Amino acid sequence: MAYIPHTPDDIAGMLEVIGARSIDELFDEIPAELRAGTLNVPAPLSEMEIARLMTERAAIDGRPLNFIGAGAYEHHIPAPVWAIATRGEFYSAYTPYQAEASQGTLQLIYEYQSMMCALTGMEVSNASLYDGASALAEACLMAVRSNRSSSSRRILMPRAVNPTYAQVAQAIAGNQDIGFVAVDFDRAAGRTLIEALKPYSGQDFTALVVQQPNFFGSLEEVDALTDWAHANKIMLIAVVNPTSLALLKPPGQWGAVIDGAQGADIVCGEGQALGVPLSSGGPYFGFMATRMQYVRQMPGRIVGRTVDVEGRPGFSLTLQAREQHIRRSKATSNICTNQGLMVTAATIYMTLLGPQGLAAVAQASMQRTADLVAALAKVPGVKRAFTAPHFHEAVLTLDRAPAAVLAALSRRGILGGLDLSERYPELGHALLVCATETKLGADIDAYAAALADAMNASRAAA
Amino acid sequence: MELKSREPLIFELSKPGRGAVTQFPPPVAGSAQVPANLRRKAPPKLPEVSELQAVRHFTRLSQMNFSIDTHFYPLGSCTMKYNPKACNTLAMLPEFLGRHPLGPEPQGFLACMHELQEMLQEITGMPAVSLTPMAGAQGEFAGVAMIRAYHRARNDSARTEIIVPQAAHGTNPATATMCGFVVKEIPCDANGDVDIEALKAAVGPSTAGIMLTNPSTLGVFERKIVQIARIVHDAGGLLYYDGANLNAILGKVRPGDMGFDVIHMNLHKTFSTPHGGGGPGSGAVGVSARLKPFLPLPIVGKDSGRYRWLTERDLPQSIGRLSGFMGNAGVNLRAYIYMRLLGREGMVRVAEFAALNANYLMKRLQAVGFEAAYPERRASHEFIITLKQEHKAYHVSAMDVAKRLLDYGFHAPTTYFPLLVPECLLIEPTETEAKEDLDRFCDALASIREEMRHDPEKLTSAPHTMPVRRLDDVRAAKQLDLNGAGSAA
Amino acid sequence: MSNNIPSDLKYTKSHEWVRQAQNGALEVGITDHAQSALGDLVFVEVPDVGRALSAGEACAVVESVKAASDVYSPLAGKVVANNGALAGKPELLNEDPYGAGWLFRLEASGGANVSGLMSAGAYETFLAEESE
Repeated sequence: MAYIPHTPDDIAGMLEVIGARSIDELFDEIPAELRAGTLNVPAPLSEMEIARLMTERAAIDGRPLNFIGAGAYEHHIPAPVWAIATRGEFYSAYTPYQAEASQGTLQLIYEYQSMMCALTGMEVSNASLYDGASALAEACLMAVRSNRSSSSRRILMPRAVNPTYAQVAQAIAGNQDIGFVAVDFDRAAGRTLIEALKPYSGQDFTALVVQQPNFFGSLEEVDALTDWAHANKIMLIAVVNPTSLALLKPPGQWGAVIDGAQGADIVCGEGQALGVPLSSGGPYFGFMATRMQYVRQMPGRIVGRTVDVEGRPGFSLTLQAREQHIRRSKATSNICTNQGLMVTAATIYMTLLGPQGLAAVAQASMQRTADLVAALAKVPGVKRAFTAPHFHEAVLTLDRAPAAVLAALSRRGILGGLDLSERYPELGHALLVCATETKLGADIDAYAAALADAMNASRAAA
Repeated sequence: MELKSREPLIFELSKPGRGAVTQFPPPVAGSAQVPANLRRKAPPKLPEVSELQAVRHFTRLSQMNFSIDTHFYPLGSCTMKYNPKACNTLAMLPEFLGRHPLGPEPQGFLACMHELQEMLQEITGMPAVSLTPMAGAQGEFAGVAMIRAYHRARNDSARTEIIVPQAAHGTNPATATMCGFVVKEIPCDANGDVDIEALKAAVGPSTAGIMLTNPSTLGVFERKIVQIARIVHDAGGLLYYDGANLNAILGKVRPGDMGFDVIHMNLHKTFSTPHGGGGPGSGAVGVSARLKPFLPLPIVGKDSGRYRWLTERDLPQSIGRLSGFMGNAGVNLRAYIYMRLLGREGMVRVAEFAALNANYLMKRLQAVGFEAAYPERRASHEFIITLKQEHKAYHVSAMDVAKRLLDYGFHAPTTYFPLLVPECLLIEPTETEAKEDLDRFCDALASIREEMRHDPEKLTSAPHTMPVRRLDDVRAAKQLDLNGAGSAA
Repeated sequence: MSNNIPSDLKYTKSHEWVRQAQNGALEVGITDHAQSALGDLVFVEVPDVGRALSAGEACAVVESVKAASDVYSPLAGKVVANNGALAGKPELLNEDPYGAGWLFRLEASGGANVSGLMSAGAYETFLAEESE
């Protein structure tokens, strides 16, 4: 029997202790009319059979050369990361409620929190949330709880923020009557201009969201945006890419120093780039950091360092009174766990890369994308869409619909980018492309050549 | 097993200039540069260690944990069963790991997800399933948000209340609040069932729905479920099934047949995906026909032999998207592999042997003197022991017993949940434990019972053999130390 | 369990106490019974000065390791002072719930009419009934 160790003797002996004649008798409290018949699911497979099936299914999907980013990034993952993260002691442990028997997981999360504070320049980080999009939704709810100068429950959401994140924030926070007001981006620069915010000066808003780099890969003028928000008593929610923070000014240092405080109020984002494989979109993890003054409004698990009864240092979950299992309907969120295993991988990844390695990854990714954009923009009918400086993603415009071009590239084993024409029809035939440190010069050349062919072919067809 | 004792913080091993340099990408020639006003001034304080130092540090940390692979882990309501290695190995095939979520619709992967949806539909008796919620709590959120969307679509805006039994898990009321509802709690009777009279008094034109777990958090099957369903439906409300305890009834009774309108499943419990030290989970939702238009996106559809993502165009009334892509795809893949390994016969045995182990352990613990909270009832896949007499007689608490169990090499059961039962231990052995291990666990508790009488100090000062003794939680919460790298960058 | 219930104060069923201060303001805190049930407090949040409260409104939070409880305003009114010392020393509330552990002062709207609240004797009876 699959994963069941009982022998016929065991079963007989156990039933005798229970005083039941059969296992079926153990279900006698379920009304007879509710009992299920035989399930219509497939017969069991052996491990050998399922291995064959999964290998075949995986082969169907193949291993294309990928130039899509848009919130999920292909980086090299050092071999130790998953070799250690999948050790049974991490993989098959649960939430560290029994602190004494979970010091490994707890210390690791404490180290993770410390690293995220270092990257973001913030005072305190939680133990992670589900993913980047839901972390933004939680950040919006947290801002509503935290901003005492605002009673509007309205949040400014630039259109240059990942549109799926905006959808998720609406789906989750919208149930609590929180409204989102869209802020347009500059068509030439591809970023959010302070002029677009000026009409809202002096009005009551809870928070302004700023994504850096934004969805188009462009770098926002974060200092000006932060200062405008704070001048209007609006909290600043930063959505950031953790790789980029090795090179970019951390959100804790955005804008001017006001009354001894500086920077974003809440920082969140997608942590996948830190050692988590693309794997069709999940599991990833969302991160969140804030200033100490808002720590009690922050959702999710938090680990603290303390001492045991003998004065030895140790770690435990803390500030649990915010959470659902104690606060019930008044909890900061209904979230129970973090994305523990992904955080384990990310902590090992950040340790192996260190400040130098992460900066090298960020710099190489930025350079490869610059090279990619330069190579593709030489193809007739292709040009850069925006003038703002970019990090490791950029928007191109084609002289025809991207769908057919992308399909042709796909047949040659290349994922050529994300078609933006549905998400941003006003940009015309726009394509979002990305290169990380994993794309070599030859890969970029191959893409440029294939794109030229695809453009030619569809020109000939037209 | 002896656990590793103290390991320094990774930052204490760090030295400027050291690094795992084989992991760094080679420099790329070129002039790309971040504009000066947006550039970081000082590098982030990440550790600088060699690859061996990193490997040794994190391996040692792993050795400071209890886990299913190393210890019996009878944590009630969490279903800590064996996570088959094949599920992990096969979900980590390079094609699956390397696939970008926004690439062309992957027929191999989507075939697995479509079959997973179908199997979950069959098991729960629900006509439609979405795999997108990323954890049980997000599945709950999706479920209650669908109830809200359903009433709104019918212009029934008066339905502002969600009914929750007192014994419910804390996520239930927290979720109802997140969805903009008012929570109305109702009591349970002495046998652990919902108080029917209280339910009748609670329902009305403002009832949006009720959230129930069955078997309940008290570890017993809610026998009046059909009557409850009728009362709530007659009042115009919907029934939400919290799938926390689905392991108990897999293949034996289906939530759809009990009258539920929406269910979330914890794939990391019933379908054995890893708990990972607290996630990732996965919280698929199943719904009755009337809630189908509101399912969260995306869902896997199949048109003339080809799999595709269903989007807002297919389901314009959807409650929307809850994740950046499609939820915890890799977790869902592990659940799929597990279900195919078990198959039709294996799934029914899950509930059968979970029940056999729980009922056996309950009887044995009663025989050595422990008091079951509901001795007249069958255990489901779990049961509750109450230590209120021992607490009175020997001044030891459920927490003391839990901590002492660690010294005996067993992870503690869930303590102080459900809140209704004083000094309780909620014990869930799961179907994958052998009789010998249950016997050893019982012997340990019997021995701890002796210690209570003769040497209660052994319990109140436990644990004695872990990397740390009991921690000062008051200090942890008062003198917050949450960041070991120094505050700002 | 013996409870310290000063006879000169008024009480609510949600375990707040009310003292009539000299200048007509009302001082509010939580009772010895309440602090003892919560255990060691790790955090106390008091309402901002100037905030208008309605009777029964949740306006402060007291948090221990195991629980977080709302404190409800016994009467409608405006907050005229709060106990800033609790921010750094929440243990004041455990040590001296009726003195240094006070939470806030309220200027009751429509005069300081405390006749709807319980006397010390009534509160003691209430506690005895509640523990049965």
